[in-house]
Amino acid sequence: MADGNAHVAAKSFYEEGTTKKSTGITSWLFSTDHKRIGLMYLVTITAFFFVGALFGVLMRLELMAPGETIMGAQEYNTLFTLHGVIMIFLFIIPGIPAIFGNFFLPLQLGAKDVAFPRLNLLSYWIYLIGSVLVILSLFMQGGPIDTGWTFYVPYSVRTTTSVSLPLFAAFVLGFSSILTGLNFIVTIHRMRAPGMNFFRMPLFGWSIYATAWIQVIATPVVGITILLVIIERSFGVGIFDPALGGDPILFQHLFWIYSHPAVYIMILPAMGVVSEIIPTFSRRTIFGYTPIAMSSLAIAFVGYLVWAHHMFTSGMSDTSRVIFSLLTYIVALPSGVKVFNWVATMYKGSIDPKPPFLWVMSFVFLFSIGGLTGLVLGSITADIHVHDTYFVVSHFHYVMFGGTGTIVFAALYYWFPKMFGKMYNIKWANINALFYIIAFNVLYFPKFIMGYQGMPRRYYDYLPEFADLQMLSTIGSWIMFATLVSIFLNLYLAIKKGKKAHNNPWGGVTLEWQTSSPPPLLNFDREITVNHEPYDFSQLKELDYESK
Amino acid sequence: MEHVNTEHKTHSHGYGIYVLVWLALIALTSITVTVAGVDFGKLALPIALFIAAVKSALVINYFMHIKFEEPIFKVFLLLSGTTLLVIFILTFFDVFYR
Ligand code: HEM
Ligand SMILES: [Cu+2]
Repeated sequence: MADGNAHVAAKSFYEEGTTKKSTGITSWLFSTDHKRIGLMYLVTITAFFFVGALFGVLMRLELMAPGETIMGAQEYNTLFTLHGVIMIFLFIIPGIPAIFGNFFLPLQLGAKDVAFPRLNLLSYWIYLIGSVLVILSLFMQGGPIDTGWTFYVPYSVRTTTSVSLPLFAAFVLGFSSILTGLNFIVTIHRMRAPGMNFFRMPLFGWSIYATAWIQVIATPVVGITILLVIIERSFGVGIFDPALGGDPILFQHLFWIYSHPAVYIMILPAMGVVSEIIPTFSRRTIFGYTPIAMSSLAIAFVGYLVWAHHMFTSGMSDTSRVIFSLLTYIVALPSGVKVFNWVATMYKGSIDPKPPFLWVMSFVFLFSIGGLTGLVLGSITADIHVHDTYFVVSHFHYVMFGGTGTIVFAALYYWFPKMFGKMYNIKWANINALFYIIAFNVLYFPKFIMGYQGMPRRYYDYLPEFADLQMLSTIGSWIMFATLVSIFLNLYLAIKKGKKAHNNPWGGVTLEWQTSSPPPLLNFDREITVNHEPYDFSQLKELDYESK
Repeated sequence: MEHVNTEHKTHSHGYGIYVLVWLALIALTSITVTVAGVDFGKLALPIALFIAAVKSALVINYFMHIKFEEPIFKVFLLLSGTTLLVIFILTFFDVFYR
């Protein structure tokens, strides 16, 4: 930049858009810039997350004491269904790919945008339409859906609540997921900067790639299943309802053929983020780049082979039960590969415990509890005891919320300065991490115990002997909600009046740290060529970064 | 300047082949329907699935034009197809042993 223009900072993507006017609501809603689309997802998904969390807190209030506390059985059934649908379909499945994949995948690849920017915008719109349909369904005749987020037949075919519309909403949301996945696959194949071969790609890219394939291949299955339920409800065709000659276990197969791979749509991108954060804050290249990358693909593939571990008590054949139990144990292997490589990366590293790193450590702790209790559920005999109890509720909150949810926050803390060009209050963020992990365990650990003692899930009432642990869990939900508000308050205040962030506040070496914060519309003010491994920290000597 | 052929490289093969494929699909459908009336016992399902697979292959190759596309598309399709096959096989452990 010896042309004398060096002092003229390029306009950021906030000042220059893809639409005629670069400010105002339409400049966002019709923007094809992957960064703006990522931020729109951030805002929308955060809003739904808070609604979902609020429903969770309301359920916990009902469970505070035995007997009817603030609502009856029907309201409770509605709440856990909506809580589940919102958290799964509107928060955790789109979460990391739609927000951070959109924003950072092109940046990390040295690309100007995703391969199909308009399709990207369409995906967002489809997401928006799907979520509006969910909301609309609450006001339909029959009242809001009460089937649980799993929509199991025959109940979902027979209940008089409004089931078809929220099902259709899930169908629509599926298309958003498929198109996002498709876009990312093509982006990774076609848009990498010169010199960036597949094995110089940051591991977040690999995880997004594996995820994208699951989105494209698995999502249609649930789409078709949902349509079949709607057809059965509307026209009385016997597909799943045994009274009409159908097979209810077929529904469970079809549902979990998607929904188990879907848990890898949730967790793989999170693991990708972990593989970014750990090297940066250990100042060491990742240990075992290729095994980590390949384990993402392996998880994506093996993830298709284990779905029926959700059905051990459903009445399917014993042969299936044994086979699926065995296969379930195999998935633990590639996950183990990742954890060991992360630990080896940190070994003898120069560790800098900034908020993103602390959140990643919380993830490792919570996700390990979730993962290990998953093995309990994966063995048939133990599962028969705890199936459909709070043990399961606790397990999936540890993996989804403690795993992926925690990494949503870690990613936000890591990339926030890049997205907004501002820095949040670090001390505050650290304290939040501490409260988060306390709240989390107070809220969910008692549920393991209650589940083991036989407290079934999806009940608004319980026997008096559970009262103390239920109360404890409810107290946890209050600390949790306060912590969540506090996290976003810190970030919100940072956007409004935070200090300007350095372009590379953490000393990262992947490409997103080599452009301004926030980045310009076309991401870089120079042509990118790549001649380094992704986590080669010897580059730091030449790179500009904020030293401690 | 050299003549640049901007035209997409198309393998033109008229409409004839599409009509043929269409007729084949109709024929296979009627076979499926007829076969459903005969009692083949345990073989009924594999037979129906086999006919369906042939039909999909025709649609994918001709109507979706995959036969004439680059290898990468075939690889991707094979990947999805294999996944589907594996899922079918696993599901059959419940169908045949329940
Ligand atoms: C403030 C945070 C949260 C609280 C207080 C909370 C609380 C609860 C409670 C009380 C239930 C019902 C248990 C039962 O009676 O069976 C539940 C169910 C559930 N939660 Fe959460 N939760 C929270 C966050 C999350 C998050 C972040 C996710 C996903 C990422 C999630 C996913 C689910 C799912 C899938 C169900 C099952 C719904 C069903 O049974 O159909 N929750 N949660
Ligand atoms: Cu599963």
